Amino acid sequence: MNPIVAFKVSYRALRKNKVRSLLTTLGIIIGVAAVITMVAITQGAKKLIEEQLVSLGGNSLIVNPGKRAGSGVTQNSQTRSLTADDGEAIRSLGGVTHVSPILDTTENIIWNNRNWFTAIVGVSPEFTLINDWFPERGNFFTDEEVMGAERVCVLGRTVAFNVFGYQNPIGETVRIANNSFRVIGVMGAIGQTPGGKDQDDIVLVPYTTLQKRIMGVTDVENISVSVRDQKDIPFTAAQITQVLRERHQIRPGMEDDFHIKTQVDIIERIFTISRIMTILLGSIASISLIVGGIGIMNIMLVSVTERIKEIGIRMAVGAREKDILVQFLIEAIVLSLVGGLIGILLGVAATKTASLLTQWPTLVSFGSIILAFSFAALIGIFFGLYPAKKASKLDPIEALRYE
Amino acid sequence: MEDIILVENLHKIYKTGDLDVHALRGISLSIRKGAFVSVMGPSGSGKSTFMNIIGCLDRPTSGSYFLEGNKVSSLEKDRLSEVRNRKIGFVFQNFNLLSRASAVENVELPLIYNGTSLRKRTELAKEALAMVGLEGREKHHPSQLSGGQQQRVAIARAIINKPSIILADEPTGNLDSKTSSEIMEIFKGLNEQGKTVLMITHDTEIAAYAERTVLFRDGKLLEDGGVQKKEAVKR
Repeated sequence: MNPIVAFKVSYRALRKNKVRSLLTTLGIIIGVAAVITMVAITQGAKKLIEEQLVSLGGNSLIVNPGKRAGSGVTQNSQTRSLTADDGEAIRSLGGVTHVSPILDTTENIIWNNRNWFTAIVGVSPEFTLINDWFPERGNFFTDEEVMGAERVCVLGRTVAFNVFGYQNPIGETVRIANNSFRVIGVMGAIGQTPGGKDQDDIVLVPYTTLQKRIMGVTDVENISVSVRDQKDIPFTAAQITQVLRERHQIRPGMEDDFHIKTQVDIIERIFTISRIMTILLGSIASISLIVGGIGIMNIMLVSVTERIKEIGIRMAVGAREKDILVQFLIEAIVLSLVGGLIGILLGVAATKTASLLTQWPTLVSFGSIILAFSFAALIGIFFGLYPAKKASKLDPIEALRYE
Repeated sequence: MEDIILVENLHKIYKTGDLDVHALRGISLSIRKGAFVSVMGPSGSGKSTFMNIIGCLDRPTSGSYFLEGNKVSSLEKDRLSEVRNRKIGFVFQNFNLLSRASAVENVELPLIYNGTSLRKRTELAKEALAMVGLEGREKHHPSQLSGGQQQRVAIARAIINKPSIILADEPTGNLDSKTSSEIMEIFKGLNEQGKTVLMITHDTEIAAYAERTVLFRDGKLLEDGGVQKKEAVKR
């Protein structure tokens, strides 16, 4: 029996029982749709993150206090903190272009009868250069103002809008933690982090002001460093390590009491996370494919049982074992492929809908379609084989006698 | 005239659990080409087992079966299927048609398994249906046909491949007497065209259509009203 005829025989058999055929494929449809949608969403998120990371620039690094321990940071009372002087020492290194100490707290910012709870971040003027983020109105504070721990601040867009509405904040006086600050600028918009945090919800002040006038500390939380060229990062990181070990009097053999994070680390970590997420969600979705396959096998078994007599008749008129096997196998494969096709359409539709709702980009990769489709076909072959074999091994005499 | 069927010392033993059923105990007979033989005997006598082996649906435990001079009793499954397809036509008591297929689709079934093209299949199927008097009913499904018409479809299916022998198992068992006569006339016509017919029946009136009767009892041939019957009639 040539394959085209075999296909027609199977197709005819499936058509005779459309409802059951459709129900059988439901598992595959859902499974394929789930795989495609999950992968598309995670791929889209990954792309979004990648784009944002690229725009952040790959030539800066951050020095953090405490040992790096696996995925987290451990700090204990012996941890010597970083200071602004550490920053100055780093600045003198060859490959370093800019340095900014950073520390932050959260406070209410009050103007007239409006207040807004936000992050107050102390930096140096080079912060704008390191992050390529400048005021769109007014000015940033200067080194003199830092030296004098002046009470001046630059508002992020979100803070400016929530406190001042459409009025011009420049020159106004606000209160932060019982101090009166003069607003000297408003930063340009920078948007959300990949994690969804609003980076415009911020007030920037000289780090010295934050240290002395609000927090009463002498150390800093991080030191942000920009390097002349991305290639220089590893070398510069090594230099920084050496300088800080000296300054912190860390003896050879002892661990650093600080750690350096480069953009590369962050990017890599995010890539790893998104890769894990893709695999995780993909696997979960694949489980539903397997369930779908089991569904197909069950229905095929029922179908074989119901058609025992038919199989006997076919054998009596000359169908070989192989002919029966192929017929039922093709039926199973056709079911999975049709289910796969519908699942792909459904998956693409669901992806577009999700994209519309979350405003995230999604990426229906051609690869995932091919993968889901082949998976569906394999499921059909694998789960259809057992019922098909059972059918082909029937004894024709017994089969003809079956009522 | 040569023997189309030659059976020598056929034994068939079924193993069912602890018991062994010795269904055929050394059957030997020959049937010449163009014969019309009725096979009779009580249930359990082995006549169905015998027919299954003649029809290549089953293999003997021992002994040999020659069909058209070829030893088919030792063929393996796939070759047996081929023989069934090309050399044998079955007609069953309960018709055994595919209920979800039309008359034409039922009749052409054997041709699907020997690679005949669609065009040829339809052509031959229509011819066969015409030969059994069912012209015009090609697209009808079994549910739309009477018992007699369904059996005609089954007969058309049995002859479409121009087989060497037609095996009928109680072909009129589910039909009324008038329809039974019609069906038997068809068999008679086919036999007159030269087809060898073997028919199981318990009805002596139906058996009379045949020229020879073989009687089974307890796995053995009890009586073989052989060619003598026809010669007796001649005299």
